[in-house]
Amino acid sequence: MRRIISMLMENEPGALSRVIGLFSQRGYNIETLNVAPTDDPTLSRLTLTTAGDDLRIEQLTKQLNKLVDVVKLADLTEGAHVERELMLIKVRAVGAARDEVKRTTDIFRGQVVDVGPTIYTIQLTGPSDKLDAFVAAMPEVDILEVVRSGVAGISRGEKVLSL
Amino acid sequence: MELLSGGEMVARALEDEGVEYIFGYPGGAVLHIYDALFKDCKVPHILVRHEQAATHAADGYTRATGKPGVVLVTSGPGATNAITGIATAYMDSIPMVVLSGQVQSHLIGEDAFQETDMVGISRPIVKHSFMVRRTEDLPAIIKKAFHIAASGRPGPVVIDIPKDLTRPEEKLEYNYPTTVKMRSYSPAQRGHTGQIKKAARLLLAAKRPVIYAGGGVVQGDGSALLTQLARRLNYPVTNTLMGLGAFPGTDSQFLGMLGMHGFYEANMAMHHSDCILAVGARFDDRVTNTVDKFCPGAKIIHIDVDPASISKTIMADIPIVGPVQSVLQELLLQVEALQEKDAGLPDQSSLDSWWQQIDAWRAAHGLFHARRYEKSDMIMPQQVIESLYRATGGEAYVTSDVGQHQMFAAQYYRFDKPRRWINSGGLGTMGFGLPAAMGAKLAFPDADVACVTGEGSIQMNIQELSTCNQYNLGVKIVNLRNNYLGMVKQWQDMQYEGRYAMSTYEDSLPDFVKLTESYGHIGMEVGSLSELDAAMEEAFAIKDKLVFLDIFVDPREHVYPMHVAPNGAMKDMWLSKNERT
Repeated sequence: MRRIISMLMENEPGALSRVIGLFSQRGYNIETLNVAPTDDPTLSRLTLTTAGDDLRIEQLTKQLNKLVDVVKLADLTEGAHVERELMLIKVRAVGAARDEVKRTTDIFRGQVVDVGPTIYTIQLTGPSDKLDAFVAAMPEVDILEVVRSGVAGISRGEKVLSL
Repeated sequence: MELLSGGEMVARALEDEGVEYIFGYPGGAVLHIYDALFKDCKVPHILVRHEQAATHAADGYTRATGKPGVVLVTSGPGATNAITGIATAYMDSIPMVVLSGQVQSHLIGEDAFQETDMVGISRPIVKHSFMVRRTEDLPAIIKKAFHIAASGRPGPVVIDIPKDLTRPEEKLEYNYPTTVKMRSYSPAQRGHTGQIKKAARLLLAAKRPVIYAGGGVVQGDGSALLTQLARRLNYPVTNTLMGLGAFPGTDSQFLGMLGMHGFYEANMAMHHSDCILAVGARFDDRVTNTVDKFCPGAKIIHIDVDPASISKTIMADIPIVGPVQSVLQELLLQVEALQEKDAGLPDQSSLDSWWQQIDAWRAAHGLFHARRYEKSDMIMPQQVIESLYRATGGEAYVTSDVGQHQMFAAQYYRFDKPRRWINSGGLGTMGFGLPAAMGAKLAFPDADVACVTGEGSIQMNIQELSTCNQYNLGVKIVNLRNNYLGMVKQWQDMQYEGRYAMSTYEDSLPDFVKLTESYGHIGMEVGSLSELDAAMEEAFAIKDKLVFLDIFVDPREHVYPMHVAPNGAMKDMWLSKNERT
């Protein structure tokens, strides 16, 4: 089962490598990863997606919690949550494809953020499966480059991950 | 206000921390620190002959005393040589602080001479690590390192110190903190009362209970409480390899070690139990055998300070996260309270028939019974350990290396006290024994310290005979000489039809007696059973010298019992070369 694990960690050199290292050390996979400082400059928020059954994820979260740099951790998939991913995708936009790409972008509520005589760069946000669907919706289009931010997520309602 | 250089801060902080010994080896990146130690530091430094030995010596010191060991090595090869010892400490949850030198800050990342990314290399085998970036941070980092190493589930902590931060010209204010506060680190201080109550009820309702105690009981100083609880209930106790001594080895309630080379009665009792109280143990694969077949009828109460050790391989029915001391204390009170309410707990007739069953197992295949071979003057390895036990009155600090000799020592030396048995359990590090014995001997100079070893293991850190000479460390080396890598040969006998791939030395072994003598010690060769006890007594009568006993043992002997693997349960064991359960 896919999980979104989000944590607050000390914004210090080496902290990220400890988290990432734990995954390879203990045989887990990271599917997406997203990390940036928070409003408190001493803290970083790291969100990652991985897969595993309950037992495996419980063991993983225990091991992550043991890392001295990890201050607080939550499995967002345990409750209602909002998840978003940003994608920038550069496609060949010539001839009939040029209109086709624009139409599909509008349907998905994406934006063309860069235009060239033969290319469009499109920005799209949403849950990961929406981004997958967008790529799948353009089978005839020549995709030149795909950049995805990895999932960022937050719990719905009053629940917060903070100190 | 006192002004100190970074090097002086390191020296002073170790004093302020109450460190008794520094184990280390100098080199370019730590020369400022060594100069500060030389000029003004009350903590004696033990110069080893290889950095691996520094970590093992610190580790042996720690296992014997409970106090964190301290290692000081230089950058590059000094740091990488320490890695095996750090991994050894990590696997066995031994508190250790390793100070490694690093190239100057401005050279980091430039492949400078003797540069290695120590924080990176050691990352998977440390509890935590610090890269020092500013001299003024040194005291607080050292304080934190000791705190992290010794609290919660203990483990090694590395502090990597670039050379320029220790230079004598730059003097800064020094204040050693008295307390540590870290928002991201707060190990459990006590167990959950509700869980402990549930555990007490389950424990008292058991018909076939077993207490399974591991290294956490030794490390967490829980032996006295565990013994009190076990004796109050008259429940059988088994110890893991790491837990030997946590419950007295000569006690009639003691079933011996459990696991791959565990006692028959211990493994049988575990398999047939209906309630296992696991304390400071982690259901290691060398204990459980096949996980799916592990103790099918048992409810499991698992006490451990590390939540990640609970339900990792075997699901616990009642998990309790907390330090063994406080949890056992509370569990004892709960048990007492329940027994006051109902004097019939636990059910004595069930317990009696459980003990009858255990005694029957013991009588059938207990360790201390039949000799397996014809009577001869050839020494069986087990007899060496029994002889060692007699010569030391069961009171020695016994370190071991890794292999058959380790298992014989674990089986036949009946440890009545915690911290007397010092071996590399988790990592299985050959070469651990001699330097660990040095650490134990430095901690307790008047005690008997024996290193049980084999020709394979002892040669992995044989250079430390020189260190023993320099510091006059009168440890006794008991070499179970069978001219093979014995445990490898055993597996090759059992699983590879006796094809001894690289498990012999082809007559290339040194003359250990002469070798020992060349290092200024005493060497003794023992070839027959009739000489064994006298030689052992003679060796231990020489208090102030190292004696190397090179004891020729029957090379055919295997370690039994041995779990049947793969796909065996706890109860499936080889009992000898041709008998199995």
